[in-house]
Amino acid sequence: MSTPQSAPLLEVRHLRVEFPTRRGVLTAVDDINLTIAPGEVLGVVGESGAGKSLTGAAIIGLLEPPGRIAAGEILLNGRRIDNLSYEEMRKVRGREIGAIFQDPLTSLNPLYSIGRQIIETIMTHLPVTESEARDRAIALLNEVGIPAAEKRIDHYPHQFSGGMRQRVVISLALAAQPKLIIADEPTTALDVSIQAQIISLLKKLCREHGTAVMLVTHDMGVIAETADRVAVMYSGRIAEIGPVHDVIHNPQHPYTVGLMGSIPSIGQDVERLPQIEGAMPRLNAIPQGCAFNPRCTKVFDRCRTERPDLMDAGATRASCWLHAKNKEAVHG
Amino acid sequence: MLAFVIRRLLQSVLVMLAVAFIAFSLFNFVGDPVSLMLPPEATQQDREEVRKTLGLDQPFYVQFKVFITNALQGNFGISLRLGRPVSALLAERLPATLELAFAAALIGLFIGIPMGVYTALKRESWISRALLTTSLIGVSLPNFLIGIFLILIFAVWLGWLPSFGRGDVTQIGFWTTGLLTVTGIKALVLPSITLSFYPVTLIMRLVRSEMLEVLRTDYIKFARARGLTNRSVHFGHALKNTLVPVITITGLQLGGVIAFAIVTETVFQWPGMGLLFIQAVQFADIPVMAAYLCLIGFIFVVINLIVDMLYFVVDPRLRVERPGGGGH
Repeated sequence: MSTPQSAPLLEVRHLRVEFPTRRGVLTAVDDINLTIAPGEVLGVVGESGAGKSLTGAAIIGLLEPPGRIAAGEILLNGRRIDNLSYEEMRKVRGREIGAIFQDPLTSLNPLYSIGRQIIETIMTHLPVTESEARDRAIALLNEVGIPAAEKRIDHYPHQFSGGMRQRVVISLALAAQPKLIIADEPTTALDVSIQAQIISLLKKLCREHGTAVMLVTHDMGVIAETADRVAVMYSGRIAEIGPVHDVIHNPQHPYTVGLMGSIPSIGQDVERLPQIEGAMPRLNAIPQGCAFNPRCTKVFDRCRTERPDLMDAGATRASCWLHAKNKEAVHG
Repeated sequence: MLAFVIRRLLQSVLVMLAVAFIAFSLFNFVGDPVSLMLPPEATQQDREEVRKTLGLDQPFYVQFKVFITNALQGNFGISLRLGRPVSALLAERLPATLELAFAAALIGLFIGIPMGVYTALKRESWISRALLTTSLIGVSLPNFLIGIFLILIFAVWLGWLPSFGRGDVTQIGFWTTGLLTVTGIKALVLPSITLSFYPVTLIMRLVRSEMLEVLRTDYIKFARARGLTNRSVHFGHALKNTLVPVITITGLQLGGVIAFAIVTETVFQWPGMGLLFIQAVQFADIPVMAAYLCLIGFIFVVINLIVDMLYFVVDPRLRVERPGGGGH
């Protein structure tokens, strides 16, 4: 069991996100349960469309309509935030939960200097004067490694490179000292050489500030380097969740096993990488029972009729009937 | 930026030369001025003489040079119909048209932009749908019809506003303004609303579609994720990003409104340049037509220059030179 002893910072219970369409309701995220402890880095991995970004968007209350939270609860420091009004939730965003998006080139408003955007964020959330906010902004830019911050603060986004812009975005996410940051593919749009810098910067800053991170990515390498725990998502559900070391080296869910097997490693001399046959089901054609059953190598009868919840599986928790003998399904 | 301004100024000079050339060609293509000026029974010798005194025997480029030189000094000759200097006629009429056009453009901006923002933010509300439907009428109904309807309702039935003319005007230097008297302002209301119908609907639809586009961008999503207030997100971040196309269209519309105020001025008997021009066309009053053409060309060029300068004010990507460094 990896549930931290301290009270969780963020707790997501039975979250379901739906998209009503003309041809019925699509369930994009179904029955997600996860917790993040203060200062912890939780990685969320999965293929495109597994619902990882939507889970993040649901937590900060920025699901694009018509997407909506259909069921479940989201608690931040024990307080429910999924049912807040737009205005109340606005005060949570930035102040208590920061966000970093995928593309730093488009995350900043091109018409305002980066200083103005940081200052505006600080002043929206904290009771400071403009000059105090400016000093803080310069300190933040220094902290994220922008050289000559006093001068660069008045520059516009187009005057920065992609990596520098992502540093600015990180400083914006940290501007009002949130306790949690949702980082949605923060390095995907960057050069490989820059990715490592940004990841180590994010890790360092969050450790120093005691900020917890929900790191959404499809890059297992990033997760292995950064996260304390990892949640593997498949078809809108959590397939497996546990300490990052155990999930990587001793995966319990057949999907995670397949996922880990498909990662090439140096020194491993194989003709072809193993791959999982088939593709993730479309949202309107999720099979009965376990969503992974048509692709699973260890499928048996129960998988085709009954959907497994997360259950203890060795050092991790997996939603797979193979582990049913350990204990009956427990939520957690 | 300076290089840009100089380049644009040079382009403007070229455009003005082209316009002047077309205006000048009017003299040669729309009938022979000599036969217009002389009685039919004049002899061939009389003709040659007049031709010589007018400089029409000179080669074409010399004539064009004289035309340009005179035009630069504001001398466009004498109106054939009214027998007065064309420049004086235009100067008399210009304030009326400009006041009308600017009033219409201001209405366009101050009604069009808020309506555009509203319809973009409250896409589903019935007010938005109603505005959009009405705006289609605004785009498709001809100007004179709207003018006549307005006259019918507000001048004939209700009797609130005058149906024609400019009311009492005040002379300030060479400028006559109707903005300082009650009758002048009342007289301005109907024609400026008529003239603004098209710009209002155009700007509204433009702002709406631009806003919808901008609201989908990542930086708006990120601004929301930073917890900025709706007011700041919508007006500080979104609206400002729609301004470049709005400035362009407003500039072109202002030029268009000045140039094509002809119909509205005719409907309301507004003593502006458009009315002067339409009368000049009826009488084949070539000097007035040529001068009007040059003036409208000049106004368009000036507006476009101002629009280009405004881009620099709005968009820093044009304003600041890229620094050499800035790597990781």
